[in-house]
Amino acid sequence: MTQPAIQISQIRKRFGELEALKGVSLSVEQGEFFALLGPNGAGKTTLISILAGLTRADSGEARIMGHDVVHDYRAARHALGVVPQELVFDPFFTVRETLRIQSGYYGVKSNDGWIDEILHNLDLTNKADTNMRKLSGGMKRRVLVAQALVHKPPVIVLDEPTAGVDVELRQTLWAFVRKLNEQGHTIVLTTHYLEEAEALCSRVAMLKQGEVVLLDRTDKLLAQHAEKKVALKLVPDSLPLALQAMKCGEQRGAHVLALQDFAQLDGVLATLRESGVRIEDMEVLTPDLEDVFVKVMHGEGRAVA
Amino acid sequence: MTPGFRALFYKEILRFYKVAFQTVLAPVITALLYLLIFSHVLEEHVQVYPGVSYTAFLVPGLVMMSVLQNAFANSSSSLIQSKVTGSIIFVLMPPIAYSEFFLAYVAAAAVRGVAVGGGVFVVTLLFALPPLREPLWLIVFALLGSGLLGALGVVAGIWAEKFDQLAAFQNFLIMPFTFLSGVFYSLHSLPPFWQGVSRFNPFFYMIDGFRYGFFGVSDVSPWLSLTIVLVCFFALSLFTLQLLKTGYKLRH
Ligand SMILES: Nc1ncnc2c1ncn2[C@@H]1O[C@H](COP(=O)(O)OP(=O)(O)O)[C@@H](O)[C@H]1O
Ligand SMILES: [Mg+2]
Repeated sequence: MTQPAIQISQIRKRFGELEALKGVSLSVEQGEFFALLGPNGAGKTTLISILAGLTRADSGEARIMGHDVVHDYRAARHALGVVPQELVFDPFFTVRETLRIQSGYYGVKSNDGWIDEILHNLDLTNKADTNMRKLSGGMKRRVLVAQALVHKPPVIVLDEPTAGVDVELRQTLWAFVRKLNEQGHTIVLTTHYLEEAEALCSRVAMLKQGEVVLLDRTDKLLAQHAEKKVALKLVPDSLPLALQAMKCGEQRGAHVLALQDFAQLDGVLATLRESGVRIEDMEVLTPDLEDVFVKVMHGEGRAVA
Repeated sequence: MTPGFRALFYKEILRFYKVAFQTVLAPVITALLYLLIFSHVLEEHVQVYPGVSYTAFLVPGLVMMSVLQNAFANSSSSLIQSKVTGSIIFVLMPPIAYSEFFLAYVAAAAVRGVAVGGGVFVVTLLFALPPLREPLWLIVFALLGSGLLGALGVVAGIWAEKFDQLAAFQNFLIMPFTFLSGVFYSLHSLPPFWQGVSRFNPFFYMIDGFRYGFFGVSDVSPWLSLTIVLVCFFALSLFTLQLLKTGYKLRH
Protein backbone atom coordinates (compact mmCIF):
# COMPACT_ATOMS: atom_id res chain seq x y z
CA MET A 1 0.00 0.00 0.00
CA THR A 2 1.31 3.45 -0.82
CA GLN A 3 1.68 6.21 1.74
CA PRO A 4 -1.16 8.71 1.94
CA ALA A 5 -0.08 12.08 0.54
CA ILE A 6 -1.43 13.78 3.65
CA GLN A 7 -2.29 12.10 6.90
CA ILE A 8 -3.72 14.14 9.72
CA SER A 9 -4.65 12.51 12.98
CA GLN A 10 -6.31 14.05 15.99
CA ILE A 11 -4.92 17.53 15.43
CA ARG A 12 -5.92 20.03 18.09
CA LYS A 13 -5.09 23.71 18.18
CA ARG A 14 -6.12 26.44 20.54
CA PHE A 15 -5.67 30.20 20.22
CA GLY A 16 -6.25 31.32 23.79
CA GLU A 17 -9.90 30.64 24.56
CA LEU A 18 -10.73 29.64 21.02
CA GLU A 19 -10.41 26.01 20.04
CA ALA A 20 -9.68 26.41 16.35
CA LEU A 21 -9.21 22.68 15.64
CA LYS A 22 -10.93 20.09 17.80
CA GLY A 23 -9.21 16.85 16.94
CA VAL A 24 -9.22 16.80 13.17
CA SER A 25 -8.35 13.58 11.37
CA LEU A 26 -8.33 13.00 7.66
CA SER A 27 -6.14 11.57 5.00
CA VAL A 28 -5.67 12.35 1.35
CA GLU A 29 -4.37 9.67 -1.00
CA GLN A 30 -1.65 10.25 -3.55
CA GLY A 31 -2.97 11.62 -6.80
CA GLU A 32 -6.25 12.82 -5.34
CA PHE A 33 -7.86 16.16 -6.08
CA PHE A 34 -9.31 16.99 -2.70
CA ALA A 35 -11.44 19.89 -1.48
CA LEU A 36 -11.38 21.24 2.05
CA LEU A 37 -14.52 23.28 2.50
CA GLY A 38 -16.04 25.21 5.34
CA PRO A 39 -17.24 28.67 6.27
CA ASN A 40 -14.88 31.44 7.33
CA GLY A 41 -13.23 30.65 10.61
CA ALA A 42 -13.79 26.90 10.31
CA GLY A 43 -10.06 26.28 10.72
CA LYS A 44 -8.99 25.50 7.14
CA THR A 45 -6.07 27.92 7.08
CA THR A 46 -4.96 26.85 10.54
CA LEU A 47 -4.90 23.24 9.41
CA ILE A 48 -2.89 24.13 6.31
CA SER A 49 -0.47 26.20 8.42
CA ILE A 50 0.15 23.16 10.60
CA LEU A 51 0.99 21.10 7.51
CA ALA A 52 3.37 23.83 6.35
CA GLY A 53 5.07 24.16 9.73
CA LEU A 54 3.92 27.76 10.17
CA THR A 55 1.77 26.82 13.13
CA ARG A 56 2.37 24.11 15.69
CA ALA A 57 -0.44 21.84 16.74
CA ASP A 58 -1.12 21.44 20.47
CA SER A 59 -1.52 17.72 19.97
CA GLY A 60 -1.98 15.16 17.25
CA GLU A 61 0.25 14.57 14.29
CA ALA A 62 0.43 15.30 10.60
CA ARG A 63 2.45 13.65 7.87
CA ILE A 64 3.20 14.64 4.30
CA MET A 65 4.11 11.64 2.13
CA GLY A 66 4.76 9.75 5.33
CA HIS A 67 7.05 12.41 6.85
CA ASP A 68 6.08 13.93 10.17
CA VAL A 69 5.77 17.71 9.77
CA VAL A 70 7.60 18.34 13.06
CA HIS A 71 10.16 15.59 13.50
CA ASP A 72 10.95 15.05 9.86
CA TYR A 73 10.19 18.57 8.74
CA ARG A 74 12.83 18.73 6.03
CA ALA A 75 11.43 15.82 4.06
CA ALA A 76 7.86 16.90 4.79
CA ARG A 77 8.45 20.43 3.51
CA HIS A 78 10.29 19.23 0.41
CA ALA A 79 7.16 17.28 -0.43
CA LEU A 80 4.75 20.17 0.10
CA GLY A 81 3.95 23.36 -1.79
CA VAL A 82 1.46 25.78 -0.24
CA VAL A 83 -0.25 28.70 -1.95
CA PRO A 84 -1.16 30.93 1.00
CA GLN A 85 -4.51 32.63 1.36
CA GLU A 86 -3.04 36.08 2.02
CA LEU A 87 -1.62 38.01 -0.92
CA VAL A 88 1.94 38.35 0.39
CA PHE A 89 5.06 39.27 -1.55
CA ASP A 90 8.60 40.49 -1.00
CA PRO A 91 8.75 43.98 -2.49
CA PHE A 92 12.50 43.94 -3.09
CA PHE A 93 12.60 41.46 -5.92
CA THR A 94 11.41 40.79 -9.46
CA VAL A 95 9.27 37.79 -10.29
CA ARG A 96 12.23 35.79 -11.56
CA GLU A 97 14.43 36.70 -8.60
CA THR A 98 11.63 35.66 -6.26
CA LEU A 99 11.35 32.28 -7.95
CA ARG A 100 15.12 31.71 -8.10
CA ILE A 101 15.51 32.53 -4.42
CA GLN A 102 12.61 30.27 -3.56
CA SER A 103 14.23 27.45 -5.58
CA GLY A 104 17.42 28.00 -3.63
CA TYR A 105 15.63 27.51 -0.30
CA TYR A 106 14.73 24.01 -1.48
CA GLY A 107 18.23 23.34 -2.74
CA VAL A 108 17.13 23.31 -6.38
CA LYS A 109 19.96 24.62 -8.53
CA SER A 110 19.71 26.12 -12.03
CA ASN A 111 15.95 25.90 -12.07
CA ASP A 112 15.37 28.32 -14.95
CA GLY A 113 13.92 25.67 -17.26
CA TRP A 114 11.16 24.76 -14.82
CA ILE A 115 10.68 28.39 -13.76
CA ASP A 116 10.09 29.35 -17.41
CA GLU A 117 7.60 26.52 -17.77
CA ILE A 118 5.66 27.63 -14.69
CA LEU A 119 5.69 31.24 -15.85
CA HIS A 120 4.40 30.17 -19.24
CA ASN A 121 1.60 28.07 -17.76
CA LEU A 122 0.51 30.92 -15.53
CA ASP A 123 0.72 33.54 -18.28
CA LEU A 124 3.46 35.37 -16.45
CA THR A 125 6.27 35.16 -19.01
CA ASN A 126 6.23 38.83 -19.89
CA LYS A 127 6.22 39.83 -16.21
CA ALA A 128 9.34 37.82 -15.33
CA ASP A 129 11.54 40.86 -14.87
CA THR A 130 8.92 43.10 -13.29
CA ASN A 131 9.27 44.05 -9.65
CA MET A 132 6.70 42.37 -7.39
CA ARG A 133 5.45 45.77 -6.18
CA LYS A 134 4.34 46.70 -9.68
CA LEU A 135 2.11 43.66 -10.23
CA SER A 136 -1.67 43.71 -9.95
CA GLY A 137 -3.34 41.57 -7.29
CA GLY A 138 -4.15 38.83 -9.78
CA MET A 139 -0.56 38.74 -11.00
CA LYS A 140 0.75 38.56 -7.44
CA ARG A 141 -1.58 35.62 -6.86
CA ARG A 142 -0.09 33.85 -9.88
CA VAL A 143 3.40 34.40 -8.50
CA LEU A 144 2.30 32.84 -5.21
CA VAL A 145 1.19 29.79 -7.15
CA ALA A 146 4.50 29.73 -9.00
CA GLN A 147 6.42 30.00 -5.73
CA ALA A 148 4.65 26.97 -4.35
CA LEU A 149 5.70 24.93 -7.37
CA VAL A 150 9.42 25.74 -7.81
CA HIS A 151 10.53 22.55 -6.11
CA LYS A 152 7.99 20.32 -7.90
CA PRO A 153 6.33 19.17 -4.69
CA PRO A 154 4.26 16.00 -4.96
CA VAL A 155 1.63 17.57 -2.70
CA ILE A 156 0.19 20.99 -3.52
CA VAL A 157 -2.19 22.86 -1.22
CA LEU A 158 -4.03 25.94 -2.44
CA ASP A 159 -5.75 28.05 0.20
CA GLU A 160 -8.54 29.98 -1.53
CA PRO A 161 -6.48 30.66 -4.62
CA THR A 162 -9.39 32.12 -6.54
CA ALA A 163 -10.85 34.44 -3.91
CA GLY A 164 -11.29 37.83 -5.52
CA VAL A 165 -9.66 36.74 -8.75
CA ASP A 166 -11.01 37.35 -12.24
CA VAL A 167 -12.54 34.64 -14.40
CA GLU A 168 -9.61 34.48 -16.77
CA LEU A 169 -7.12 33.71 -14.02
CA ARG A 170 -9.44 31.14 -12.52
CA GLN A 171 -9.54 29.30 -15.80
CA THR A 172 -5.78 29.56 -16.40
CA LEU A 173 -5.14 28.39 -12.89
CA TRP A 174 -7.52 25.44 -12.97
CA ALA A 175 -6.24 24.28 -16.34
CA PHE A 176 -2.70 24.27 -14.92
CA VAL A 177 -3.64 22.64 -11.64
CA ARG A 178 -5.62 19.97 -13.46
CA LYS A 179 -2.58 19.25 -15.59
CA LEU A 180 -0.42 18.93 -12.49
CA ASN A 181 -2.96 16.55 -11.02
CA GLU A 182 -2.94 14.45 -14.19
CA GLN A 183 0.85 14.29 -13.92
CA GLY A 184 0.42 12.72 -10.50
CA HIS A 185 0.55 15.65 -8.08
CA THR A 186 -1.85 15.48 -5.17
CA ILE A 187 -3.95 18.63 -4.98
CA VAL A 188 -5.82 19.99 -1.97
CA LEU A 189 -7.78 23.15 -2.31
CA THR A 190 -10.01 25.31 -0.21
CA THR A 191 -12.42 27.55 -2.02
CA HIS A 192 -15.54 29.55 -1.55
CA TYR A 193 -16.75 28.70 -5.01
CA LEU A 194 -18.42 25.38 -4.45
CA GLU A 195 -18.97 24.78 -8.14
CA GLU A 196 -15.17 24.76 -8.50
CA ALA A 197 -14.82 22.09 -5.87
CA GLU A 198 -17.64 20.13 -7.44
CA ALA A 199 -16.14 20.31 -10.90
CA LEU A 200 -12.57 19.54 -9.88
CA CYS A 201 -12.43 17.50 -6.73
CA SER A 202 -13.14 13.83 -6.40
CA ARG A 203 -13.37 13.98 -2.61
CA VAL A 204 -14.52 16.60 -0.17
CA ALA A 205 -14.11 17.29 3.53
CA MET A 206 -16.27 19.89 5.22
CA LEU A 207 -14.94 21.60 8.27
CA LYS A 208 -17.17 23.40 10.73
CA GLN A 209 -15.92 25.12 13.86
CA GLY A 210 -12.77 23.06 13.95
CA GLU A 211 -14.37 19.69 13.26
CA VAL A 212 -14.68 17.55 10.18
CA VAL A 213 -18.43 17.22 9.77
CA LEU A 214 -18.42 15.48 6.45
CA LEU A 215 -15.89 13.53 4.44
CA ASP A 216 -16.81 11.64 1.29
CA ARG A 217 -16.55 11.28 -2.44
CA THR A 218 -18.10 14.23 -4.23
CA ASP A 219 -20.43 12.10 -6.35
CA LYS A 220 -21.61 10.12 -3.33
CA LEU A 221 -22.29 13.28 -1.40
CA LEU A 222 -24.32 14.68 -4.22
CA ALA A 223 -26.26 11.44 -4.53
CA GLN A 224 -26.91 11.07 -0.80
CA HIS A 225 -27.21 14.49 0.65
CA ALA A 226 -28.67 16.69 -1.96
CA GLU A 227 -32.37 16.14 -2.49
CA LYS A 228 -33.58 15.44 -5.96
CA LYS A 229 -35.78 18.22 -7.14
CA VAL A 230 -38.17 18.75 -10.00
CA ALA A 231 -39.63 22.04 -11.15
CA LEU A 232 -43.15 21.67 -12.56
CA LYS A 233 -45.05 24.27 -14.50
CA LEU A 234 -48.73 23.42 -14.22
CA VAL A 235 -51.91 24.25 -16.13
CA PRO A 236 -54.02 25.30 -14.33
CA ASP A 237 -51.42 26.67 -11.98
CA SER A 238 -52.51 25.00 -8.78
CA LEU A 239 -50.65 22.31 -6.93
CA PRO A 240 -52.94 19.57 -5.57
CA LEU A 241 -53.24 19.49 -1.79
CA ALA A 242 -51.70 16.04 -1.62
CA LEU A 243 -48.48 17.38 -3.06
CA GLN A 244 -48.18 20.55 -0.95
CA ALA A 245 -46.02 18.79 1.64
CA MET A 246 -43.34 18.08 -0.96
CA LYS A 247 -43.10 21.62 -2.19
CA CYS A 248 -39.88 23.32 -1.28
CA GLY A 249 -39.95 26.47 -3.35
CA GLU A 250 -40.81 28.15 -6.60
CA GLN A 251 -38.75 28.96 -9.58
CA ARG A 252 -39.86 31.11 -12.49
CA GLY A 253 -43.52 30.32 -11.97
CA ALA A 254 -42.86 26.60 -11.49
CA HIS A 255 -43.44 24.63 -8.31
CA VAL A 256 -40.28 22.98 -7.01
CA LEU A 257 -40.85 19.62 -5.35
CA ALA A 258 -38.29 17.75 -3.31
CA LEU A 259 -38.18 14.00 -3.85
CA GLN A 260 -36.61 11.22 -1.85
CA ASP A 261 -35.78 9.50 -5.12
CA PHE A 262 -36.99 9.60 -8.65
CA ALA A 263 -39.33 6.64 -8.12
CA GLN A 264 -41.54 9.07 -6.22
CA LEU A 265 -42.10 10.88 -9.47
CA ASP A 266 -44.56 8.19 -10.56
CA GLY A 267 -46.84 9.01 -7.67
CA VAL A 268 -46.55 12.72 -8.32
CA LEU A 269 -47.57 12.33 -11.95
CA ALA A 270 -50.49 10.08 -11.01
CA THR A 271 -51.77 12.59 -8.45
CA LEU A 272 -51.56 15.40 -10.99
CA ARG A 273 -53.46 13.34 -13.56
CA GLU A 274 -56.17 12.49 -11.08
CA SER A 275 -56.55 16.15 -10.14
CA GLY A 276 -56.87 17.11 -13.78
CA VAL A 277 -53.71 19.21 -13.81
CA ARG A 278 -51.55 19.16 -16.90
CA ILE A 279 -47.77 19.56 -16.92
CA GLU A 280 -46.72 22.32 -19.25
CA ASP A 281 -43.02 22.09 -18.50
CA MET A 282 -40.85 19.96 -16.30
CA GLU A 283 -37.23 20.35 -15.30
CA VAL A 284 -35.13 18.01 -13.19
CA LEU A 285 -32.88 20.12 -10.98
CA THR A 286 -29.44 18.59 -10.52
CA PRO A 287 -28.19 18.74 -6.97
CA ASP A 288 -25.02 20.69 -6.32
CA LEU A 289 -22.47 20.89 -3.57
CA GLU A 290 -23.97 24.14 -2.43
CA ASP A 291 -27.11 22.29 -1.30
CA VAL A 292 -25.03 19.79 0.63
CA PHE A 293 -22.93 22.54 2.11
CA VAL A 294 -25.88 24.59 3.27
CA LYS A 295 -27.58 21.52 4.72
CA VAL A 296 -24.49 20.39 6.58
CA MET A 297 -23.59 23.80 7.87
CA HIS A 298 -27.07 24.31 9.21
CA GLY A 299 -26.65 21.58 11.69
CA GLU A 300 -27.31 18.33 9.93
CA GLY A 301 -23.68 17.32 9.81
CA ARG A 302 -22.23 15.31 12.65
CA ALA A 303 -18.57 14.98 13.36
CA VAL A 304 -17.26 12.04 11.42
CA ALA A 305 -13.66 12.12 12.51
CA MET B 1 27.47 25.46 3.01
CA THR B 2 24.00 24.04 3.01
CA PRO B 3 21.58 25.13 0.26
CA GLY B 4 19.12 26.75 2.66
CA PHE B 5 21.83 28.90 4.21
CA ARG B 6 23.27 29.85 0.84
CA ALA B 7 19.93 30.94 -0.63
CA LEU B 8 18.84 32.87 2.45
CA PHE B 9 22.23 34.56 2.76
CA TYR B 10 22.11 35.50 -0.92
CA LYS B 11 18.56 36.84 -0.51
CA GLU B 12 19.59 38.98 2.45
CA ILE B 13 22.61 40.39 0.59
CA LEU B 14 20.54 41.10 -2.53
CA ARG B 15 17.93 42.83 -0.38
CA PHE B 16 20.28 45.47 1.00
CA TYR B 17 22.29 45.70 -2.20
CA LYS B 18 19.14 46.68 -4.10
CA VAL B 19 18.64 49.64 -1.80
CA ALA B 20 22.33 50.34 -1.28
CA PHE B 21 21.68 54.06 -1.40
CA GLN B 22 19.83 53.85 1.92
CA THR B 23 21.63 50.90 3.40
CA VAL B 24 25.25 51.72 2.59
CA LEU B 25 25.67 55.21 1.21
CA ALA B 26 23.44 57.05 3.68
CA PRO B 27 25.18 55.66 6.80
CA VAL B 28 28.58 56.49 5.29
CA ILE B 29 27.48 60.09 4.86
CA THR B 30 26.12 60.19 8.42
CA ALA B 31 29.47 59.02 9.78
CA LEU B 32 31.25 61.57 7.66
CA LEU B 33 29.11 64.34 9.15
CA TYR B 34 30.00 63.18 12.66
CA LEU B 35 33.65 63.26 11.75
CA LEU B 36 33.46 66.76 10.26
CA ILE B 37 31.58 68.25 13.19
CA PHE B 38 33.41 66.59 16.07
CA SER B 39 36.87 67.00 14.63
CA HIS B 40 36.17 70.62 13.76
CA VAL B 41 35.03 71.39 17.29
CA LEU B 42 37.49 69.26 19.25
CA GLU B 43 40.62 68.88 17.15
CA GLU B 44 42.42 71.81 18.82
CA HIS B 45 41.41 70.93 22.36
CA VAL B 46 41.58 67.19 22.80
CA GLN B 47 44.41 64.77 22.49
CA VAL B 48 43.48 61.30 23.68
CA TYR B 49 46.62 59.34 22.88
CA PRO B 50 50.00 60.99 22.68
CA GLY B 51 50.95 61.76 19.12
CA VAL B 52 47.49 60.89 17.77
CA SER B 53 45.32 63.74 16.51
CA TYR B 54 41.72 63.79 17.72
CA THR B 55 40.45 63.26 14.17
CA ALA B 56 42.63 60.20 13.77
CA PHE B 57 41.44 58.95 17.17
CA LEU B 58 37.85 59.40 16.08
CA VAL B 59 38.11 57.43 12.83
CA PRO B 60 38.22 53.87 14.25
CA GLY B 61 35.38 54.62 16.65
CA LEU B 62 33.20 55.97 13.87
CA VAL B 63 34.04 53.05 11.62
CA MET B 64 33.16 50.55 14.34
CA MET B 65 30.00 52.41 15.30
CA SER B 66 28.87 52.20 11.67
CA VAL B 67 29.73 48.50 11.53
CA LEU B 68 27.69 47.79 14.65
CA GLN B 69 24.67 49.94 13.86
CA ASN B 70 24.35 48.69 10.32
CA ALA B 71 24.75 45.05 11.22
CA PHE B 72 21.92 45.50 13.70
CA ALA B 73 19.81 47.43 11.22
CA ASN B 74 20.17 44.77 8.54
CA SER B 75 18.87 41.71 10.33
CA SER B 76 16.30 43.57 12.43
CA SER B 77 14.74 45.55 9.61
CA SER B 78 14.69 42.62 7.23
CA LEU B 79 12.86 40.49 9.79
CA ILE B 80 10.37 43.12 10.89
CA GLN B 81 9.57 44.01 7.29
CA SER B 82 8.89 40.45 6.29
CA LYS B 83 6.87 39.89 9.46
CA VAL B 84 4.72 42.97 8.93
CA THR B 85 4.13 42.22 5.24
CA GLY B 86 3.66 38.50 5.87
CA SER B 87 6.38 37.48 3.42
CA ILE B 88 8.25 35.83 6.30
CA ILE B 89 6.31 32.67 5.39
CA PHE B 90 8.52 32.29 2.32
CA VAL B 91 11.48 31.58 4.58
CA LEU B 92 9.49 29.67 7.19
CA MET B 93 7.87 27.14 4.86
CA PRO B 94 11.00 25.78 3.11
CA PRO B 95 13.18 23.12 4.73
CA ILE B 96 15.59 25.59 6.32
CA ALA B 97 16.97 24.59 9.72
CA TYR B 98 16.87 27.19 12.48
CA SER B 99 20.67 27.15 12.63
CA GLU B 100 20.89 27.95 8.91
CA PHE B 101 18.34 30.70 9.41
CA PHE B 102 20.44 32.19 12.22
CA LEU B 103 23.73 31.97 10.33
CA ALA B 104 22.29 33.45 7.14
CA TYR B 105 20.82 36.51 8.86
CA VAL B 106 23.91 37.07 11.01
CA ALA B 107 26.37 36.60 8.14
CA ALA B 108 24.44 38.97 5.86
CA ALA B 109 24.26 41.51 8.69
CA ALA B 110 28.01 41.22 9.13
CA VAL B 111 28.56 41.80 5.41
CA ARG B 112 26.44 44.95 5.51
CA GLY B 113 28.18 46.16 8.68
CA VAL B 114 31.63 45.58 7.25
CA ALA B 115 30.65 47.12 3.91
CA VAL B 116 29.45 50.32 5.57
CA GLY B 117 32.44 50.33 7.95
CA GLY B 118 34.78 49.95 4.97
CA GLY B 119 33.02 52.81 3.20
CA VAL B 120 33.35 55.03 6.25
CA PHE B 121 37.03 54.17 6.56
CA VAL B 122 37.69 55.02 2.92
CA VAL B 123 36.03 58.43 3.05
CA THR B 124 37.65 59.36 6.38
CA LEU B 125 41.06 58.69 4.81
CA LEU B 126 40.59 62.09 3.21
CA PHE B 127 40.83 63.65 6.67
CA ALA B 128 43.15 61.54 8.73
CA LEU B 129 45.22 58.44 8.39
CA PRO B 130 45.34 56.43 11.58
CA PRO B 131 48.19 53.89 11.64
CA LEU B 132 47.24 50.25 11.11
CA ARG B 133 49.43 48.66 13.76
CA GLU B 134 47.54 45.42 14.47
CA PRO B 135 45.30 44.69 11.46
CA LEU B 136 44.46 41.19 12.66
CA TRP B 137 42.82 42.53 15.82
CA LEU B 138 40.94 45.00 13.73
CA ILE B 139 39.51 42.26 11.54
CA VAL B 140 38.65 40.04 14.48
CA PHE B 141 36.75 42.79 16.28
CA ALA B 142 34.95 43.95 13.14
CA LEU B 143 33.73 40.43 12.44
CA LEU B 144 32.80 39.60 16.01
CA GLY B 145 31.14 42.96 16.60
CA SER B 146 29.08 42.80 13.42
CA GLY B 147 28.12 39.19 14.20
CA LEU B 148 27.07 40.13 17.73
CA LEU B 149 24.95 43.04 16.54
CA GLY B 150 23.58 40.95 13.67
CA ALA B 151 22.39 38.41 16.24
CA LEU B 152 20.96 41.15 18.42
CA GLY B 153 19.13 42.39 15.32
CA VAL B 154 17.65 38.92 14.84
CA VAL B 155 16.39 38.97 18.44
CA ALA B 156 14.92 42.46 18.02
CA GLY B 157 13.36 41.56 14.67
CA ILE B 158 11.73 38.47 16.16
CA TRP B 159 10.54 40.25 19.29
CA ALA B 160 9.17 43.43 17.70
CA GLU B 161 5.71 43.22 16.20
CA LYS B 162 5.61 46.72 14.78
CA PHE B 163 8.10 49.16 13.36
CA ASP B 164 7.85 51.49 16.33
CA GLN B 165 8.74 48.71 18.74
CA LEU B 166 11.88 48.14 16.73
CA ALA B 167 12.58 51.87 16.73
CA ALA B 168 12.26 51.85 20.53
CA PHE B 169 14.74 48.98 20.74
CA GLN B 170 17.10 50.99 18.57
CA ASN B 171 16.65 54.32 20.37
CA PHE B 172 16.68 53.08 23.96
CA LEU B 173 19.20 50.28 23.71
CA ILE B 174 21.46 50.38 20.69
CA MET B 175 21.98 54.16 20.48
CA PRO B 176 22.85 54.80 24.14
CA PHE B 177 25.12 51.77 24.25
CA THR B 178 27.03 52.86 21.16
CA PHE B 179 27.30 56.51 22.19
CA LEU B 180 28.38 55.62 25.71
CA SER B 181 30.99 53.22 24.46
CA GLY B 182 33.90 55.56 23.88
CA VAL B 183 33.44 56.33 20.22
CA PHE B 184 34.13 59.98 20.84
CA TYR B 185 36.38 59.81 23.89
CA SER B 186 38.72 57.60 25.86
CA LEU B 187 37.43 55.90 28.96
CA HIS B 188 40.15 57.62 30.97
CA SER B 189 38.71 61.05 30.22
CA LEU B 190 35.50 60.12 32.10
CA PRO B 191 34.85 60.65 35.83
CA PRO B 192 35.41 57.43 37.83
CA PHE B 193 31.69 56.67 38.18
CA TRP B 194 31.11 56.67 34.42
CA GLN B 195 34.29 54.73 33.88
CA GLY B 196 32.80 52.06 36.13
CA VAL B 197 29.49 52.11 34.25
CA SER B 198 31.23 51.85 30.89
CA ARG B 199 32.95 48.68 31.99
CA PHE B 200 29.55 46.96 31.93
CA ASN B 201 28.93 48.05 28.36
CA PRO B 202 29.95 45.35 25.86
CA PHE B 203 30.02 47.97 23.12
CA PHE B 204 32.92 49.63 24.91
CA TYR B 205 35.05 46.49 24.52
CA MET B 206 34.16 46.10 20.86
CA ILE B 207 35.20 49.67 20.10
CA ASP B 208 38.25 49.62 22.33
CA GLY B 209 39.50 46.36 20.85
CA PHE B 210 38.86 47.61 17.34
CA ARG B 211 40.78 50.80 18.07
CA TYR B 212 43.68 48.73 19.39
CA GLY B 213 43.94 47.32 15.86
CA PHE B 214 44.75 50.80 14.61
CA PHE B 215 46.91 52.31 17.32
CA GLY B 216 48.28 49.34 19.19
CA VAL B 217 47.12 51.21 22.31
CA SER B 218 43.79 50.91 24.06
CA ASP B 219 42.01 51.62 27.33
CA VAL B 220 41.98 47.97 28.37
CA SER B 221 43.90 44.94 27.14
CA PRO B 222 42.62 43.66 23.77
CA TRP B 223 42.63 40.15 25.26
CA LEU B 224 40.17 41.23 27.91
CA SER B 225 38.01 42.85 25.24
CA LEU B 226 38.21 39.75 23.08
CA THR B 227 37.18 37.51 25.97
CA ILE B 228 34.22 39.67 26.87
CA VAL B 229 33.05 40.07 23.29
CA LEU B 230 33.38 36.34 22.64
CA VAL B 231 31.41 35.47 25.76
CA CYS B 232 28.68 37.94 24.79
CA PHE B 233 28.61 36.64 21.24
CA PHE B 234 28.25 33.02 22.27
CA ALA B 235 25.69 33.74 24.96
CA LEU B 236 23.57 35.83 22.61
CA SER B 237 23.90 33.28 19.82
CA LEU B 238 22.73 30.48 22.08
CA PHE B 239 19.82 32.60 23.24
CA THR B 240 18.86 33.51 19.66
CA LEU B 241 19.15 29.91 18.49
CA GLN B 242 16.87 28.89 21.32
CA LEU B 243 14.28 31.49 20.29
CA LEU B 244 14.42 30.24 16.71
CA LYS B 245 14.25 26.62 17.76
CA THR B 246 11.07 27.14 19.77
CA GLY B 247 9.62 29.27 16.97
CA TYR B 248 9.06 32.16 19.39
CA LYS B 249 6.78 34.74 17.69
CA LEU B 250 7.50 33.19 14.30
CA ARG B 251 5.62 29.90 14.36
CA HIS B 252 2.41 30.15 16.36
N1 LIG C 1 -2.86 33.42 14.95
C1 LIG C 1 -4.11 33.38 15.43
N2 LIG C 1 -4.38 33.90 16.64
C2 LIG C 1 -5.63 33.85 17.15
N3 LIG C 1 -6.69 33.30 16.51
C3 LIG C 1 -6.48 32.77 15.30
C4 LIG C 1 -5.18 32.78 14.70
N4 LIG C 1 -5.28 32.17 13.49
C5 LIG C 1 -6.58 31.80 13.36
N5 LIG C 1 -7.30 32.16 14.42
C6 LIG C 1 -8.73 31.89 14.64
O1 LIG C 1 -8.94 30.50 14.40
C7 LIG C 1 -10.16 30.28 13.72
C8 LIG C 1 -9.91 29.53 12.45
O2 LIG C 1 -9.30 30.41 11.53
P1 LIG C 1 -8.85 29.96 10.09
O3 LIG C 1 -8.05 28.72 10.20
O4 LIG C 1 -8.20 31.13 9.45
O5 LIG C 1 -10.24 29.65 9.38
P2 LIG C 1 -10.60 29.51 7.85
O6 LIG C 1 -9.33 29.46 7.07
O7 LIG C 1 -11.39 28.24 7.77
O8 LIG C 1 -11.43 30.69 7.49
C9 LIG C 1 -10.77 31.66 13.51
O9 LIG C 1 -11.73 31.88 14.52
C10 LIG C 1 -9.61 32.60 13.64
O10 LIG C 1 -10.03 33.84 14.13
MG1 LIG D 1 -8.70 30.65 5.57
